[in-house]
Amino acid sequence: MDSHRGLPLIGMEPSAFFLPRESLDALFDAIRGQGYARVLGPMERNGAITYTAITAASELPRGLRDRQGPGHYRLEPGSGERCFSWANGPQALKPLTFAPRETLWRCALDDSGRLTFLDTDAVPERTAVIGVRACDLAAMRIQEQHFLKPPHPDAHFAARRERLFLVAVHCSHPADTCFCASTGDGPRAETGHDLAMSELDYGFILTAGTDRGQAVLAELRLAPAAPDDRAQADAEIEKAARAQTRGLPSRDLKEALYARLEHPHWDQVGRRCLSCGNCTAVCPTCFCHAEMDEPALAGDSSEHLRQWDSCFTAVHSYMGHFLVREETRLRYRQWLTHKLASWHEQYGRSGCVGCGRCIAWCPVGIDITAEVSALLESGDAQS
Amino acid sequence: MRNPDRPVEVEVVERVEETPTIYTLHLRFTDPEVAEAYRSLPGQYNMLYLFGVGEIPISIVSDPDHDGPVEHTIRSVGRVTRGMERLKVGDRMGLRGPYGRGWPLQQADGRDVVIVTGGLGCAPVVSMIRYVLQRRERFGRLVIMQGVKHTDDLIWRRQYERWQQMPNTQVLLAADVGGPNWPYSVGKVTVLFNQAGIDPDRSIVMLCGPEIMMKASIDRLLALKVPPDSIWLSIERNMQCGIGHCGHCQVGPYFVCQDGPVFHYPELRPWLGVTGF
Repeated sequence: MDSHRGLPLIGMEPSAFFLPRESLDALFDAIRGQGYARVLGPMERNGAITYTAITAASELPRGLRDRQGPGHYRLEPGSGERCFSWANGPQALKPLTFAPRETLWRCALDDSGRLTFLDTDAVPERTAVIGVRACDLAAMRIQEQHFLKPPHPDAHFAARRERLFLVAVHCSHPADTCFCASTGDGPRAETGHDLAMSELDYGFILTAGTDRGQAVLAELRLAPAAPDDRAQADAEIEKAARAQTRGLPSRDLKEALYARLEHPHWDQVGRRCLSCGNCTAVCPTCFCHAEMDEPALAGDSSEHLRQWDSCFTAVHSYMGHFLVREETRLRYRQWLTHKLASWHEQYGRSGCVGCGRCIAWCPVGIDITAEVSALLESGDAQS
Repeated sequence: MRNPDRPVEVEVVERVEETPTIYTLHLRFTDPEVAEAYRSLPGQYNMLYLFGVGEIPISIVSDPDHDGPVEHTIRSVGRVTRGMERLKVGDRMGLRGPYGRGWPLQQADGRDVVIVTGGLGCAPVVSMIRYVLQRRERFGRLVIMQGVKHTDDLIWRRQYERWQQMPNTQVLLAADVGGPNWPYSVGKVTVLFNQAGIDPDRSIVMLCGPEIMMKASIDRLLALKVPPDSIWLSIERNMQCGIGHCGHCQVGPYFVCQDGPVFHYPELRPWLGVTGF
């Protein structure tokens, strides 16, 4: 497969350029000029910020603010010109690389009963995303590790990832649910982006993360960013880190959680949890999926699909004659101990990037940071 | 988009009815090149595909070096296996694999191979038994212990009787509930351990069956001074992709579909018998 993906710029401090606010459309044009006909940007849709096809900078959510808390997400009108003064909505980059539902292969049946297995001929569209957050870039790196690891790299994920151009915007307005500073994944976008921007009142500071990003910058012919502007942008990112009130007590909770597999708090949280799977749907690192078949009505072909699944469903642990995890408390423990403990052994880091989505989108407001605190508070009591 | 993890076509060349709900399919690759390149190890499994219905992971029971068809023994429990039950000789299906880690052949070399199975299925060890019997001189004693609930649950009774006739091979069977035509032991599989005369220093033990039975067996083996290092076991979980992607089979740090299904006991010890994992 020919590579569409930008090569990271390593070992050099990227030059920073200034893009006046009124030139934002020129940035969109330059990205389109690099072959990314489909540009997605943050837009208000059904009361939430979602990444949607965007044609002009005027469609960005100007002045819009968000208010998030456990089981709570609301957008509110605000003032000013800024378009990125919000924290993430429910949708991460995940659906753009790990599709919610897609065909893995097809099988055709002929009149003599012979079967032919066919690849899908779908080629994903080259897509640029404006306004990606640091937590979602970190999550994408984790999903790359999962789906692209040898010996079975996933061709579908790879093809989508290769065709993504990512424009990060460093976070300046974390929500109450955000805790990326404690997981080490934000608010500054460090790697994984093609371009990174800081938003100021009158414009943007741009740096390139890859050669492709650099090509876009070259086309824009921008002036270098002024030292004062750069200092202000840095100060806003630092302030966004300090503003976060939630956090996980450690980046590695493996031993602490493994020592508490029979802790009574699992029962306590299990009684509140509805086992609905919202947390796993909005989690940017959750990768579980079910495989299934959808035969055509004519009976001569069948699609083999994968579709997002959740460890909170009963069938996730279905074993023919029994379920490994019948009770909700066991499902919550499975999710949390995989994400924060086993993940270290499988991927060399925690599976949580501190985006806080599972807190905001939980219908009963279960807060992963509070549950971890409750588990850790009472020592390693086992019962 | 080229997907390396899609099935290839196989043809049912023989179907053996083991019991009213257990059947064995002998499958031939229809593409000779695929047949030529196909290699598996004892303890590995294939993903079998029934047209329009779905895929399931099934252990390979044939000897890996056997050139003939790939054999799979299947119990009708779900949608896919009940559909496969109706396949006849000449019918086509899909196969991808082999997947997973099999039994530790190198570690078993030159040692007594002790096999402990329980419940209906000993399919994951059959290929290992056949492997040892084909290379009898490379191993010490072969001890096969199988426990079942009811005497009727024992499949492959003739095969066990045949294995018993093989050189330096001991077959021990036990049923929780005996019966008039049951010449073997009555009780759990662990009642057989004393009869087996296991030499703890020479033996490598391979277990397969319900986890509660494997745990009880391991406790007994450890009491007999078998080192934890000499114990291996094959476990089962929901597996939908076979390549460590779909997440269903995750147990602690492992994806059973790739890191297993055969595990070294010390690796799995923290997770064995913990409800919910």
